[in-house]
Amino acid sequence: MSPHDIFLISPQLSMAALGLLIILADLVFSRKGLLTWLALVGLALPLAFTLAQLAQISGGLMGSGDQNLVAEAGILHGSLSVDRFGLFFNLLVVVSLALVFLASADYVKSLPRLRGEFFGLMLLSASGMMLLASATELVAIYVALELTTLPLVAIAAFMPNSRSSEAGMKFLIIGAISSALTLYGMALLYGFSGSTTLDGIALALGGPLRDDVSFGSYAVLAAIAVLTVGIAFKLSAIPSQMWVPDVYEGAPIPMVAFLSVASKAVAFALLLRFLYSGFLLFDTDWGMLLAILAAISMTVGNLVAIAQSNIRRLLGYSTIAHAGYILVGVAAVTQGTGSADGGNFATFGPSSVLFYLVAYVAANLTAFFAILAIHSRIGSDLIEEYGGVFRRFPFLAATLALALVALIGVPPTGIFVGKIYLFLAAVKSELAWLALIGAVNSVISAYYYVRIIRVMFMAPESESVAASALGTAAVDAESNRSMASWPTMVALALTAICTVLLGVVFGPVVQVAEAAVTALPGIIPQ
Amino acid sequence: MVAEPLVWAIFLLPLLSFLLISLVIRPLLNRFAAVSGYLLIASLAVSLLLSVIVLLRLAQGADSSYAPHTWIDLGDAAIELGILLDPVTAIMLLVVSGVSLLVQIYSLGYMRGDPSIARYFAYMSLFTASMLGLVLSANIVQLYAFWELVGLSSYLLIGFWHDRPSAAAAAKKAFIVTRIGDVGFLLAIIYLFFHAGEFAAAGLNPLHIPDIWQAAQPLASGGAVLKGTALTLVCLGIFAGAAGKSGQFPLHSWLPDAMEGPTPVSALIHAATMVAAGVFLVARFFPLFQEAREAMMVVALVGGFTAFAAATLGLVMDDIKRVMAYSTISQLGYMMAALGLGAFGPALFHLFTHAFFKALLFLGAGSVNHASGTFNMRYMGGLRTHMPWTYVLLLVGGLSLVGIAPLSGFWSKDEIITAAWLGEGPVDPWVARTALALLVGAALLTAFYTFRMVFLTFHGEFRGGGAQELADAEASGRPQPTAVSSEAHLAESPGVMVAPMLALAVGAMLAGYVANPQWVKSLLGIPAHWFSYFVESAVLYGHRETPPFNWAVAGISTAVALAGILLAYLLYARVRNAGPVPAASAEAGGEDSEASGHGHAHAPPAPQQADPLERGGVVYTLLSRKYFVDELYEGLLVKRVFYRYFAGITDWLDRSLVDGIVDFTGWTTRQFGRLAVQLQTGQVQFYGAVIVLGAVLILVGYIAFGTRLGG
Repeated sequence: MSPHDIFLISPQLSMAALGLLIILADLVFSRKGLLTWLALVGLALPLAFTLAQLAQISGGLMGSGDQNLVAEAGILHGSLSVDRFGLFFNLLVVVSLALVFLASADYVKSLPRLRGEFFGLMLLSASGMMLLASATELVAIYVALELTTLPLVAIAAFMPNSRSSEAGMKFLIIGAISSALTLYGMALLYGFSGSTTLDGIALALGGPLRDDVSFGSYAVLAAIAVLTVGIAFKLSAIPSQMWVPDVYEGAPIPMVAFLSVASKAVAFALLLRFLYSGFLLFDTDWGMLLAILAAISMTVGNLVAIAQSNIRRLLGYSTIAHAGYILVGVAAVTQGTGSADGGNFATFGPSSVLFYLVAYVAANLTAFFAILAIHSRIGSDLIEEYGGVFRRFPFLAATLALALVALIGVPPTGIFVGKIYLFLAAVKSELAWLALIGAVNSVISAYYYVRIIRVMFMAPESESVAASALGTAAVDAESNRSMASWPTMVALALTAICTVLLGVVFGPVVQVAEAAVTALPGIIPQ
Repeated sequence: MVAEPLVWAIFLLPLLSFLLISLVIRPLLNRFAAVSGYLLIASLAVSLLLSVIVLLRLAQGADSSYAPHTWIDLGDAAIELGILLDPVTAIMLLVVSGVSLLVQIYSLGYMRGDPSIARYFAYMSLFTASMLGLVLSANIVQLYAFWELVGLSSYLLIGFWHDRPSAAAAAKKAFIVTRIGDVGFLLAIIYLFFHAGEFAAAGLNPLHIPDIWQAAQPLASGGAVLKGTALTLVCLGIFAGAAGKSGQFPLHSWLPDAMEGPTPVSALIHAATMVAAGVFLVARFFPLFQEAREAMMVVALVGGFTAFAAATLGLVMDDIKRVMAYSTISQLGYMMAALGLGAFGPALFHLFTHAFFKALLFLGAGSVNHASGTFNMRYMGGLRTHMPWTYVLLLVGGLSLVGIAPLSGFWSKDEIITAAWLGEGPVDPWVARTALALLVGAALLTAFYTFRMVFLTFHGEFRGGGAQELADAEASGRPQPTAVSSEAHLAESPGVMVAPMLALAVGAMLAGYVANPQWVKSLLGIPAHWFSYFVESAVLYGHRETPPFNWAVAGISTAVALAGILLAYLLYARVRNAGPVPAASAEAGGEDSEASGHGHAHAPPAPQQADPLERGGVVYTLLSRKYFVDELYEGLLVKRVFYRYFAGITDWLDRSLVDGIVDFTGWTTRQFGRLAVQLQTGQVQFYGAVIVLGAVLILVGYIAFGTRLGG
């Protein structure tokens, strides 16, 4: 392994090393408050390595073409692709992790013995995510998937209450089932193609395939079916979505915030890599499958969210619905490239997915940070207890309202632009019916998002809110004293500003997203 | 070349002041609300300084092209944020930031003690920022956004005292009537957007203003992109928007009602700047209008007619601010007529001088109101001795408006009438002659109503002010007039109000000759005809020779103006003075008030004689009812056509169809939600089963229904 190889995986390595270092530092340091800042400052390292790699790619984030830093014959060849696409997701993961750390600076004080482990496991999971965004070989993908999930499972069970234990158990078991399904799909693919790299599989699929079977062969069809279901676990899409509300309700909020944005984002990265490296051939077959999953996911997510009384469960269903919206863009991917006009819209679908993910990261982190801050004050996640929040905590209520309005997709927020972008991609690839379902779903979602805003602004003051004002809320004295929590406020303000900014100055982000997807082999740069 | 950030700062500073006032001072530091005024004044002072620098550099011939920043690329068209800095912009920047600065200083005195003063200055900041952004815009969509923003801030400021129903109604009327014109403007933009392909073929961006100019030029290679009927329609669309904002007939009726806003607002927005935005808009697209003769004709005739008709309405108003509102409409008509006659420089010259003297007149009216408690001239009179400064300043403004040499208004109005006299523009001679007749007639009326106002307000004896008006209303059972205060304290206004008026008076006296000197080679370093040459260098094509000073025109217009003043003197000054001396009947007044069960013993009762014009019979009725335009709008259009038919049908559709669908959707949604919740059992075995079932369903679905669709 040459030093260059080490440089190529330095972002992932430094992320993992930082995680281990923090667990060690936890044993040595007596002032645990330093761990937060160590973790935050340490994130500069993977960020720096990511930027260093970007600097070596011509044009950086704004260039075009599928330049890959992994040398032809190197030891990493075939298993990793260090390109603009992967680095885009590396940046997304590092930035959102930094924001989550900043926001949880006070929350971790309620985990007195496990603070080091919290940061360490989050960092290990993040290194898995960064690996997943770059992996192009089945074994590497599998390792990355497990590395992403398992540390988060441990964190889900952190809290000393039954909800948290339940969340951990369900996350573990459902995770295991999906990972078994994924592995089975991979085995089928390997058996069919004799290769574990995506390029090799694509080569094998290029051979003679049967005309009368979807995906050309029953083996490939079976592989696709189980792989899709396995990846849907990470996307939190139908049919592997049922764990989501339980985990969102029971697990520590900062981990849920991270899970809901970064884990979902890299899962979409994986899906796009799969499609564009090996399976473009099957564009209509894939497109129909993903389109149907998208339609069911958003409809189920939105409808069930209406009946929720716990805001974290509600956001769990909201994230299922958003997975459905984003799948619209992925479905449009495969349709567009096959069109007769020379792949004119090839970047449209995938880049809309990337843009939407950025907008979703900003809006969803805003929502979760606000919920985190409100939770630490009133000690409740029940929507009915949110009455009077606006009067007591106007900033928190305003930012949460902004995030919810953004999640509906109202201008001028990033998700509005993202939705237009996604639905346009769908229309251009003859999936107008899907765009219509998406639009109807956006209207339905307004119902439950606006309900929360109404409670916060209009409803009479609830007991929890009144108690928090008197200093007798059901939160322990330790975390109550630290209510000032300026780092949370800073993180909240940053994400709120990004949410609005993405709706106004979206041009550059769109360009970056379009440039990033040209790194995928199936995309023709415009 | 002035650095681009400095030009942006002219617009961003008031915007920053708006953000600070509305996001920091109002919610957090409302105790220090008074600071907001000083904050805005400070930011405007810097903006004014920068505007002066920009103007000087531009006058020295500095390069002023800035590359626009693309905001949204729509393929053939692009929405950009950019600066279009030409002489017209530079003059507008100076007028807007200068007048706004003076008005804000005046507001410190006028609005003192108002509980919502932070809100007032927040709106004022928003307005000034939007107006500056409007004149700087290089993209038609950017311009449109600011166009709507000034409309919004005007709406907010007219309805500033929103607890008064009349103010709320006036704000709504202003918003809706100007919106009618804006539809035309929007249609013009949409037309450009949908023809993006033709523009792109010529290498032009259909939304970039200089590119739009270029597109209308027949000299361009391959002929004009925009020509014939399409060009005329685009121009008329733009003119519709301009007519709405500038109160041109028939969209003028909102402007007099807009006087419900605070007087400094009327001075800034409804006299000096926003209403001039319509003139600015036509000037901005003048290279298009030049190529569309029919559109020019419409502009000239509408402008001329408005100038005359509004002046007739100004004759009979009792409310001093309404007199001035009609006067503003009339003067804007002069500017529009000038543009229609191809006299680009004179139109902007008049805009420039008008900003000074009209803002001065409005601030004077505010000062009068401060002392007398009312705007109704029937209850004023004799204020000359109590407020000499205001009297002299208002007289200066009035003479400038009437057009008496050598005050500012004379020079600019003279240039417009000269242009109509010569009739050298692109329109037919009969249009020029009609316009000339209307404009000269309007000049006579202007002189008459201006001095009617001066005599009614300042001469004769004091007729009781706001207290008397309230008492009269009570005695006669009429509804209490709004915006009337019984606290008359006949005295000069404070210095903070008089000082800005003094500054404006200097402009109203000198701006005309100094900016555009005649006969001399140069005055104080300003070359002869500087303003005309400077402004006309902005028009891309077809530079017009500035006609020499025309003694005949100057003589006629001066004679007409003097005749008007004389007529007003004969009718008002003398008649009033000959009336019963109010002091003599003071006691009787006291008894009268007591008899009507009212405690007041202020002033004599009903000291008014009938206005001499009331003898005009039908004509007077027609005028005082404003030609029944309001009745036409509200009675016929709004109540009958719009409300009964259009709104009735949509109401039915909404109730039976839309509500039905909404209710049904809500019901179905809830049922589905209930069902889905029941499926979420919480048992992890069930979760796993769903996953496996999903995989199986996908497989079965493909095997059963799927054939190879792709490949």
